[in-house]
Parts: sequence; C-alpha cells; structure tokens
Amino acid sequence: MAAALPHAQAGPVIPDFGRGSACVRDNGLLCWDWVRDNWSGTLQPALVEHVVLTVVAVAVGFAIAFALALAAHRRGWLTTPVVVVTGVLYTIPSLALFQLLVPFTGLSRATAWIALVSYTLLILFRNILAGLAGVPPEARDAARGMGMTDRQILWRVELPLALPAIVAGLRIATVTVISLATVAVFVINEGLGAPIYAALQQSFKTELVAAGALCVGLALAADGLLVLVQRLLSPWTRAARAA
Amino acid sequence: MGDFLDALRFIVDERALLWQLTVDHLALTGAAVGIALAIALPLGVVLGHARRGAFLAINAANIGRALPSLALISLGVALLGIGFVNVMVALVVLAVPPVLTNAYVAVAGVDRDAVDAARGMGMTPAEVLRKVELPLALPLIFAGVRTAVVYVIATATLASVAGAHSLGDVIVDQATYRLPGVLGAAICVAALALAAELLLAALQRAVVPPGLPTRERTRIP
Repeated sequence: MAAALPHAQAGPVIPDFGRGSACVRDNGLLCWDWVRDNWSGTLQPALVEHVVLTVVAVAVGFAIAFALALAAHRRGWLTTPVVVVTGVLYTIPSLALFQLLVPFTGLSRATAWIALVSYTLLILFRNILAGLAGVPPEARDAARGMGMTDRQILWRVELPLALPAIVAGLRIATVTVISLATVAVFVINEGLGAPIYAALQQSFKTELVAAGALCVGLALAADGLLVLVQRLLSPWTRAARAA
Repeated sequence: MGDFLDALRFIVDERALLWQLTVDHLALTGAAVGIALAIALPLGVVLGHARRGAFLAINAANIGRALPSLALISLGVALLGIGFVNVMVALVVLAVPPVLTNAYVAVAGVDRDAVDAARGMGMTPAEVLRKVELPLALPLIFAGVRTAVVYVIATATLASVAGAHSLGDVIVDQATYRLPGVLGAAICVAALALAAELLLAALQRAVVPPGLPTRERTRIP
C-alpha cells in the first residue's frame, strides 16, 4: 500500500516556462493564449471529471440523507445519533479523511466519493428534516381529513412543502463538494485539483488562476442551476412572494 | 487494520515532530481566526444592528463556500508568494464569510418586540446592542465562529503545499513518512478538529446566557 503520492517539493523550484508566449515565459497572472492552447487538453477534461465527481457524490449523499431523514421524521430518537455521526464526519478535515480511507479503498475514485459523500450527509440530513418538521400541522391534518394515507401525505403534502429547505441543503452540499473535490487530487489525479496541484508545484500562475476560476465558476453555476430547478418545481413559492 | 497499528506506532515514535507541527498548525489557525474575528464580528454586528447591507452579509457565506480552499491557497501563492503570512491571509479570506454572515443574521434576527421593549425602557442604541441584541444573538454568532475555526483547521492542513508548516506537512509527504506517517498525521488532524469543535461547544454553553437555546438550529455550515 505504498503507492506514490504527489508531494510538495522541498527545495525552491526554478521555473522554466521557456516555451510559449512572452506572457507565459514571464509567468504572467493569466495568459489567455495558454488557456486557449490547453483548454481541450487539460482544463476541459479536468472540468468534466470535476462535474462527475460532484454529481455522483451529491446524488449518493442525497439518497442516503433522504432515507435517514425520512426514518428520523417517523422515529424522532434517530435524529441525535445521525447528527452526531454525520457531524463527526463533517468535522474531519478533508485531506485527513481522504488519507484515512486509503487503507480500505486504496487510491481510487471510491475513496474520493466516500469522503465527498460523507461531507454532504450532515447538511442534507439537517435540511431535509428541518423542511419536513416545518410543514404546518394544519396542512397535514387537512390531508388526513381528505382521506390520504401516510405515504400519500408524505409525497403529496410534506415533501412538496419541504422542497425549499431541501433545495437550500442541496445548494450548500453541492457548492461544498465542488470546493472539496479539489482536495481529492491527493488520492486521484482527477478533477480541477489536478491542474491546480500541477501548477502549484511549478508556481505557474496562469494555470492556478484558470483552474481556480473554473472551480469558483462551476460552484456559482451549480448554485444558480439549483435555484432555477427549485423555481420550476415549486411555482407556488414565487406566487406567494408576489402576492 | 495493520496500517492503523503502524500509524499509532508512528504517533508514539514521532510525538516530538507531531507536537511541533500541531503547535505550528494551531499558531496558523489562531492567527487567521483572530484576524478574521477582528474584521468580521464588528462588521456583522454593526450591519445587523442597523439592518443594512443584508445582501452583502448574507451572500458572503455563499461566496465563501464556493471558494475552493486548495484553489484559494494556490491563488494566494500566485499573487503573494509562499510563506506563513500569505497562507494566513488566504485563511482569513476563508474564515471571514461564515463569521460575518452568522453575526449579521444573528443580530438582525433578534426579536423586534424585544428591541422595541428595550427602546421603550429608554435604552440608547448602544445599550440596546450591548444588553439585548448581543446576548440574544450569541448562540448564532458562536455557531459562525465554530464553523470558521473548524474550516480553518481543515484548510491549514493544505498550507503545507504553500510553504507554511502544519500537520499537513506529513500528510502530503508520503515519500518521506510512508503510509503509517500519513495515517498518523491524518488521525492527529482529525482529532484536533474534533477537539476544537467540542471545546468551542463547551465554551458556547458556558458563555451563552441561561434560558437561550444553545443548540443552534439555524446554524449556517
């Protein structure tokens, strides 16, 4: 299990950016010609890998948190143990958690995904549960008076009313995972962490700035997309605000 | 599990090194959190008291969360160069948003009736802030500080790639320390973060006035 990890250079690194434009040779802050030349070879694949890492982690995290929240919604005593366990996972620093998983799952995508999923659980669980708890009792009573079963009440009344809180949790979880997925570079050479780490080794500014900006841009785009999804799924919240 | 036994052996054998790095880690964290608190607490409290700048204060946390810690440290290196102070500046940038947003939301969210009652009793705005708004806002303000501290401890681990010393030095240097060393240091970092969280939770319970809920339901992670 002594796989080679990328590690920080001990001594000073003498940059050699001999090839390329004057901007690249001078290690300018952001050289557009480098970004253009390396978009399809480096930046775009890293961006796609980053999206895959994020989407899978949030989807799996949501499935687990959703099941746990539904269980805790029915059986209140489950809330405390789930919050304690997911809270511990959430508190462990990402770099440490990735490494602690290596003896079990190796330097693999599974390691990255397990760590990333574990960071979504606390956020999603708390938000889904808060959303369900925030459903007005009158709405629940009215549904029961109409003859709905527990299952119908959950899917037709409680979950739609909890949607804003659930999406709020998804937004926080997604943005957090996009940020933390850069740290996955210490176990797999994938995602936007890869160009960031490569550039860090050589102090190459353009690649640092470009990959960092892509990561922030991806987070903002994902956040905006989820807001849009929420508007489409719960048109009544907008109507209520306009009224 | 053999790997973890080796890791525990590493912790015992290399306790002097790990202790030194823990001190470095805490120095970096303390400096960054201290400066972030000095900036964000007064700003958040004053904005919340005046109920002004809601957009800035509330979105600070969202934007802060979107900043990838590794990228931010790297950008700090690109702009400022490597070293303790530059990494600390990057950590301050990460720590300000949660503190600012929580302080704003906490103070602005204090029950209007309580504020009106205080004013009706003839309190000056400063007294209202000191005697009513701050005590009521304390649990949520504290939640922001806890979030920031845990966040900075986690990110200080990454500082090793940017020329500042922390427990991350061992974690990112598998070539020197091998897997047991990496695991040992990772265990130390995890323990440090959990200890900080528990310590702050205990401190919060000690300073929050009795009668207020210490469990922050609305904590913004």
